[in-house]
Amino acid sequence: MGRLTLQGKVIIRGEAQGEALVSREPLSFWGGYDWMTGEIIDRRHMLSGAIARDRIFAVPFTRGSSTTTAVLLEAIRAKTAPAALITTDVDFFFALASVIADELYDAPLPLVALAENEFTRLKTGDKIHISANGTITVII
Amino acid sequence: MSLSLTSRDHEMLRGDHGPATKMAMSILVRMAEVSGANELLDIVGAHIDSTVYIGEAGLEFAERLANLGAKVAVPTTLNVSGLDEYHWQEWAVPSEWAKQAYRQMAAYQNMGTIPTWTCAPYQTEMKPKFGQQIAWGESNAIVFANSVIGARTERYPDLFDICCAITGRAPAIGLHLTENRAGQLLFQLVDIPTQIQQRDDFYPVLGNLIGKLSLDKIPVIHGMAVKPGEDQLKAFGAGAASSGGVALFHMIGITPEAQTLEEAIQGKSPIQTIEVTMDMLRDSRRELTHTGTDELHMVVLGSPHFSLAEFKHLAPLVQGKRKHPNVKFLVTSSRAMTQLAQRAGYLEPLAAFGAQLTVDTCILTSPMLPEEIRYLMTNSAKFAYYSPGLLQKQIAFGSLEDCVNSAVEGRVIREETAWAD
Repeated sequence: MGRLTLQGKVIIRGEAQGEALVSREPLSFWGGYDWMTGEIIDRRHMLSGAIARDRIFAVPFTRGSSTTTAVLLEAIRAKTAPAALITTDVDFFFALASVIADELYDAPLPLVALAENEFTRLKTGDKIHISANGTITVII
Repeated sequence: MSLSLTSRDHEMLRGDHGPATKMAMSILVRMAEVSGANELLDIVGAHIDSTVYIGEAGLEFAERLANLGAKVAVPTTLNVSGLDEYHWQEWAVPSEWAKQAYRQMAAYQNMGTIPTWTCAPYQTEMKPKFGQQIAWGESNAIVFANSVIGARTERYPDLFDICCAITGRAPAIGLHLTENRAGQLLFQLVDIPTQIQQRDDFYPVLGNLIGKLSLDKIPVIHGMAVKPGEDQLKAFGAGAASSGGVALFHMIGITPEAQTLEEAIQGKSPIQTIEVTMDMLRDSRRELTHTGTDELHMVVLGSPHFSLAEFKHLAPLVQGKRKHPNVKFLVTSSRAMTQLAQRAGYLEPLAAFGAQLTVDTCILTSPMLPEEIRYLMTNSAKFAYYSPGLLQKQIAFGSLEDCVNSAVEGRVIREETAWAD
């Protein structure tokens, strides 16, 4: 049993586990995510310099550029993407990258949406498990 | 409610219209389901941002579609690519990268699209009309089409725009629907002097501020004392779509769905009213500069792509002057626009000044700048916003006049009087 269980809405089904990286502000992946390394490179962003690769990346939604999808798709192919994404609503840009990764590489990225008041309970460093039905368990 | 498809949609999904249409429709349907659409709607045009070369995955997607015989079903313009097709060798673009970027250009061009290669398709003859349903990618183009023209597109990402173009369909969601176009945040300009509102650099500064405060909400700007021109609205939108996810704004008395405040908010109440003061604008202007020095290696103009009117404005500013030998001066635009500027005689003073022109692409989408160029200056909020992260370069923001004067001096200089306390 974890110390906290939250029920998210499945946007793209999948199971994932990892250490959380939590952003309180949105991010454009174009100019914000280096798909060669998984580093957050928006120098005006609160997480500038953090590595999101293989982590459970919680980011409320995407801002700015419509190239965010293409950058996330490159990251999935290059295996520098987060292990899963948690947002506060359906994020079309993230969902599309996952759908196309499924189409091209049979590698959809799990995507779960949490209500805003529950999203704020996640903290960077939490060990998180996401189940296929959208249950998010904070293990430690 | 679940997604209901027409018999023609089902034909496309089954593969009756060929394998590329099947692939595009299957992505479209999955995304329509994810976003809770009840149906798809017909579009009359598309603008493809997927042309920007990012890496292998995007190229594999484009070539998969092209090899399956993809053809667009509606008139479709192309955004910038990763290359100035005929002049990339003059810059630092690695030839291996150029080869891949060129393959991606060819893949999209072979789908029956119109090779406009510009991020300002709303300044071409393919510009949509008020009320038309379209599927556009490219954040600055989306916000312009929705706000300034009153055409209707959701904020579509790369790779989805082409699926809409191939099928001629889009999910009936978001900004396609009247009820979702009501303004949500009311920004009231408070004591912003008319002479500030007349300045070109007011618009990117205001856009950067409104984008940051609006995020994904629809802002309404109330209290404008002047009627901004097309290029000023373009600079505003590009700024708001960089610092935020703004896909539609209303300016009372100026944009077509906002003749009155009542119309802009569709009789609803705004979530919040925010006063915009000179202090907030000064902060926003300061934030657009991301450098601690007045060193200058290059002035970059043209994000979004320079228009004919902008060339016309720039030409007399550089007339009879010469840029400093240590500073480069680059304008990015479309092929069509530079040809018009050439015919109008606006390019001669630029050439004499020592300016260079790049078409089809820009500094953000092509790895064209050599490493030794580290300090940039621009009048564009979009260049200012993205250059530090994407290019790892320092950038200073100023007016067009500041940019020209700095290029002559060889270091960043700005006329501060108008913005001073």
